[in-house]
Amino acid sequence: MWDHEIRAMASTHAIIAASVFMATVLPAVVMPGFSVYGAHLLWIYSVSAAVTAVSVAVFWLLGITPPTKKHTVGYKLSKLVRSCLYFFLSCLFFHTVLVLYGAPLIEFALETFSLAVLLTSLTTLRCLCVLGPNVQAWIRVFSRHGAMSVWDTCLQITVACTLVGAWLGAFPIPLDWDRPWQVWPVSCSLGGMIGFLTGLVAAPAWIHYHRKQLTYKCK
Amino acid sequence: MVSRRKPSSVNFRRVHCTLEFLAVTSYLISLYRSPNEEDENPTATRMKRLPVLPLLLWVCAVYSVGIYLFVGGFLLVRLEVNRTSTCRDVLQPGEEPGDFCGVQPRFRRAVLLIIDALKIDFARFDPNNTEPRPYENKLPVLEETASTRPSHGRLYPFRADPPTTTMQRIKGFTTGSLPTFVDVGNNFASSAILEDNLIHQFGQEGKRVVFMGDDTWESLFPKKFYRSLPFPSFNVKDLHTVDNGILQHLYTTMVGDDWDVLVAHFLGVDHCGHRFGPDHPAMADKLTQMDGVIRSVIDRLQNDTLLVVMGDHGMTDTGDHGGESQKETDAAIFLYSPSPLFPGPPSQREPDVVPQTDLVPTLALLLGVPIPYSSVGQVLLPLFPPHGQKEGAVGGLSQLEALWINAKQVNRFLETYSGMAKDIPPENLSQLKNEFAHLSSEYLSSIREGRPPSPELASLLQAYLTSVRDTCRATWARFNPLKMAGGLAILALACLVCFILSELSSVLIMESGPGLKVPVAAALTGGTCVAACQLLTQGYIELAWCVAAAALSSELLFLRRAHQFRTSVVAKNGTKAPKSASWLTPSRLLTPPLLVLLLRCASLLSDSYVIAEGRVVTFLVFSLGLYIPFHLNWDGLLLPPSHDPLKPAGLLPSPVLSPSTVRKESSTLLTCVGFLVGSLYLSLNFHGCREEQGSCQPSPFLAPLSRMQNSQLKNLHYILSVFSLGLWTYLLRRCLRHYGNLNSSGGTVFTARFILPLLSVCLGLHWAVSATPEDSFRNLGQLISLAQLALPRAAFCLLGLGLFLIWLDPLTVFVKTRASALARGSSLPPPRYRASTGISPQAELHHLIPQLYQRMRRSLDDGELSGGGEVDSRPAVEAYGLGTVYSAPLLLFCGLLGLGLLLLHPEGMALSFLLLLLEMGAVLYIHASSTTLSCLNGTYPGGFYVPWTPVVLWSLAATQFFHATGHLPTFPSIQWGAAFVGFPDGHTGTVLPASLVTLNTFASHILFAVGCPLLLFWPLVCEVRGSKGGRACGEEGEDAVMEMRLRENPQQFSSALLQLSTRYLFILGAQVFASVCAAAILRRHLMVWKVFAPKLMFEASGFLVSSVFLLIGVTLVLRVDVAVGRWFKRLIPDASR
Repeated sequence: MWDHEIRAMASTHAIIAASVFMATVLPAVVMPGFSVYGAHLLWIYSVSAAVTAVSVAVFWLLGITPPTKKHTVGYKLSKLVRSCLYFFLSCLFFHTVLVLYGAPLIEFALETFSLAVLLTSLTTLRCLCVLGPNVQAWIRVFSRHGAMSVWDTCLQITVACTLVGAWLGAFPIPLDWDRPWQVWPVSCSLGGMIGFLTGLVAAPAWIHYHRKQLTYKCK
Repeated sequence: MVSRRKPSSVNFRRVHCTLEFLAVTSYLISLYRSPNEEDENPTATRMKRLPVLPLLLWVCAVYSVGIYLFVGGFLLVRLEVNRTSTCRDVLQPGEEPGDFCGVQPRFRRAVLLIIDALKIDFARFDPNNTEPRPYENKLPVLEETASTRPSHGRLYPFRADPPTTTMQRIKGFTTGSLPTFVDVGNNFASSAILEDNLIHQFGQEGKRVVFMGDDTWESLFPKKFYRSLPFPSFNVKDLHTVDNGILQHLYTTMVGDDWDVLVAHFLGVDHCGHRFGPDHPAMADKLTQMDGVIRSVIDRLQNDTLLVVMGDHGMTDTGDHGGESQKETDAAIFLYSPSPLFPGPPSQREPDVVPQTDLVPTLALLLGVPIPYSSVGQVLLPLFPPHGQKEGAVGGLSQLEALWINAKQVNRFLETYSGMAKDIPPENLSQLKNEFAHLSSEYLSSIREGRPPSPELASLLQAYLTSVRDTCRATWARFNPLKMAGGLAILALACLVCFILSELSSVLIMESGPGLKVPVAAALTGGTCVAACQLLTQGYIELAWCVAAAALSSELLFLRRAHQFRTSVVAKNGTKAPKSASWLTPSRLLTPPLLVLLLRCASLLSDSYVIAEGRVVTFLVFSLGLYIPFHLNWDGLLLPPSHDPLKPAGLLPSPVLSPSTVRKESSTLLTCVGFLVGSLYLSLNFHGCREEQGSCQPSPFLAPLSRMQNSQLKNLHYILSVFSLGLWTYLLRRCLRHYGNLNSSGGTVFTARFILPLLSVCLGLHWAVSATPEDSFRNLGQLISLAQLALPRAAFCLLGLGLFLIWLDPLTVFVKTRASALARGSSLPPPRYRASTGISPQAELHHLIPQLYQRMRRSLDDGELSGGGEVDSRPAVEAYGLGTVYSAPLLLFCGLLGLGLLLLHPEGMALSFLLLLLEMGAVLYIHASSTTLSCLNGTYPGGFYVPWTPVVLWSLAATQFFHATGHLPTFPSIQWGAAFVGFPDGHTGTVLPASLVTLNTFASHILFAVGCPLLLFWPLVCEVRGSKGGRACGEEGEDAVMEMRLRENPQQFSSALLQLSTRYLFILGAQVFASVCAAAILRRHLMVWKVFAPKLMFEASGFLVSSVFLLIGVTLVLRVDVAVGRWFKRLIPDASR
């Protein structure tokens, strides 16, 4: 039914996944001592930056971003500023949630914040791209009948996958295996990343297989 | 709504209440309707209420049987060999049966100074340490003597076997055997040692043993001492009584000549560790005192006397012991004699560590008594001269001779033991036997031929002794797999039964499904059958198997009947078949709350997760708490449905709740989630530390105030604790008052009004008194010690009185008969007349306002109800607080119990208890709000059923606060101090201290289990908020009737109660089952005795305590129900007059 959209979605996701791959491989080529565990914060920031840049570009090019009512420069600028503000607030929100979940408050503050930035760029940024800076719409999307387009369904799936991945990533931390990936926040960021990539694959596939059942209310 | 703005009409009789503006809810009960109801289903009320309690009892009993059976098979048992060694035993080399004891021993006398908890770190002396901690460098005498006179005295680390509790250690170093896990529980009721032991051997040889110190010895060796001076050991706070008592008699005894072996057991160091921890000036004082004692004893020693200074175990950094960390096991041993004791200089062959069992054969051979029969220790070789140079010590044995005697004794024990019990693996046994045969032939031949035995023989003998000890240590971890499997099966089936009961509860109660009679009958037959079989085949009855058979048969029969019943129900109403047939499908089982429960159970199978259990549970509770709003939002219930103008208006059913109500409910929900999250996060600050958690710092709130040295910090902690205590009391009263439960004059209200505040005042005073340093107010010392005794006891009495009053008169309903008011209202005398009777104007005002108000309302009522005049003539009753008639006593019960349990905790835990109350409230309100919001969905199942999510939250919160009140599932972390609250001088019996410690340990389990039925009531309690905007759950009813709904639907009430309790029991039981599985699967795991077995014990006892208190809670609810029934009965004839 939505073959065109599904194809667009699959290629978008392929581009985003490729950017994640490049953001992991390129620094390793350029920098001699780079590794995902060793220079974990660097990896987080490079992946976040890549995902941010690529998602914004792709969604802008595709025109998924909700149409603006006014076309004045001032309105667009305020929207941009609000988006940035939301991005930052979302980082703080994730940081708070992580601390409440049991992350050390002071000791690993920078690591926790980096994880929050990663999660924000994997989840909130997508919301910003698809729905614009509109919290009401975000809350609406995450309900059973809230999705109004294929992209909304896709957003639901990827965000849920990312968060569940990061949540599952916390599980190996208490184990006494003494592996480098058990160090905070490596397992959580890896879990989130794997969840995100899974979501990227799963969303088009799921939508493809359920395209007969999917119905959306017109906006 | 009238009910919300007439505080004065309620409280005019109680002036002090009227001043505070209360939000009181009242109910108008038209008495013409009530009797009808009563007539309709009084039998139903009685009959359907009955099966709840027996069913729960049966389930609990089945669980307990499963636990009992498994624990019986899992916990280790070692057979005691009741034989004793004698002098005539052929132990000497050579064929002729010489009298072993006739030979003159090396030492005639010995002094054993046992300094309880003398850790090796305390005994070492480091001259380079310029800034020693309070416990360092305080015993210079040991190191001084050892370095200046190395052939006279030496210091070794002395490694105890776990469990490192004093009684087990005394048993260990007198019998030379290895302790088993079961012994841990006997620490409070130490009974006499029946195995052969050193003290017995000394007695046999006519040596006069004089004992002084810890009275545990007296109970272990009754009537074995020549002279005995025991001093009470139980009071951990008392640092000096035992030690001073010993010192009074020690020197005089030593100078005298009426003793051969002198045992002095000092307790001061251990008690100091328990009370203050090792890092405290008091420890320095105590160790310095011990230094002086050792010096004076050394000065008084004679040449034929051996001195042994030893610790029985070590201590952790917090001063506790009982586990098997190196800090706890490594004590010190110092051996000294004025005559040369060690034949050679310290050499390479010095042992690094002396195992505690080795003391027994060494002492026995040095003093010339036979080695106790069941000792598995080996002699300490440096004390014996090498073969061929016996001239150093008179009459002593050479190394090889000593080893030979020792090996022969151990071999004899092994043979006896393997003849009695079959638990040592045969291949190990035959290997050991061969080894011994080989060694003995070699040794005997060399003796016979008169040639010096080969130098390897000594080390071979040593290796043999070591391997025997290791084999014993390994095999006394012996399990009974059959019992374990039986226990597992019973527990698994019990979980299944619980789940099915919870799913079937409605049908079960409504249509009187599979009852209890048949399972109970099956249980009886099964049990008696097995008993008869056992009698016939074995000649005796093993109780465990009979109970197991009973439990298993009743379970199986219940399951079968449930299955039959279900199919019959399905057959009866075919349309409902798919719905009722689907309870056990994966989609139904894999809901997030059950998934969280599954994760929790899975976490019990890994030692890392058990070690980090506190954080793991907090994580899971947090996740589940966050899941609730997300799930509601997913169902589109969190936000009021947006009114789209494009949408066809008639397509959707009109919303049941108005948008403003939805918004209000969601904001309440989110606030409560915030509270939940906040209290979860704060509760992490109250955790204790396991020894496995290396870099962990225990919470500063865990230390009692009396341990704190900084007085400012102490005051701050005290103020915080008192503040949270006050807030606890205030919140409880506030809640009761809010729902109008403080107006009547019954027992419960009396408790809430007076006993609750009095109890908290008692608590605050008690903390103040116990926090004062002992020597700060010298002239008030008497008063302080009296207060320390009286205040907690008064609190216990108040608590008992309060709980009793709640039980006796649980109703909190204030009744005002409207009929009489109306009757008087019509013939109301003019105000002037009333004033003239001498009532003060104020009182008159208080009378007048309600009367005026009554009139106003009467006219309002006339307007509201269509048949105005007719209704008005009816007698009616206003009952205040009827809406919370069930929950109010339960809440108060919980609150009182919480204060009582807080009394048993360190003062700082008041904050944690406050968090517990807040979290309870948060969960209750979250549950209430989400229920109200779910009504919108239309999927509300009807009835009062509590979904899984809040129940799982509730039970996980119990575990979470187990950790957040400073408890850990390890034996050293048990807060023994609780046994001394109100009994600073110790106890005579063991029941009282044991129950106090149990109450302390499982405080959070108790509170959450008692409060469990609140989950059923709270959505009804909160319903009144929804009543403004419209009916809460769409049921027809013109008034907010809150918990009276339960009264109107007794069947649904009892089925919901049954469902809630079985769900709670299922969750607890699943956790027990998981830890039982962990213990069974990982029984050969490295961590089994350190992590899994203690966890199992704690989980199982937590389950038992929880189930008992859950039953108490449910019984209280049923009691209230009975009282409400009586109250209605009494009301009807009253009103109809």
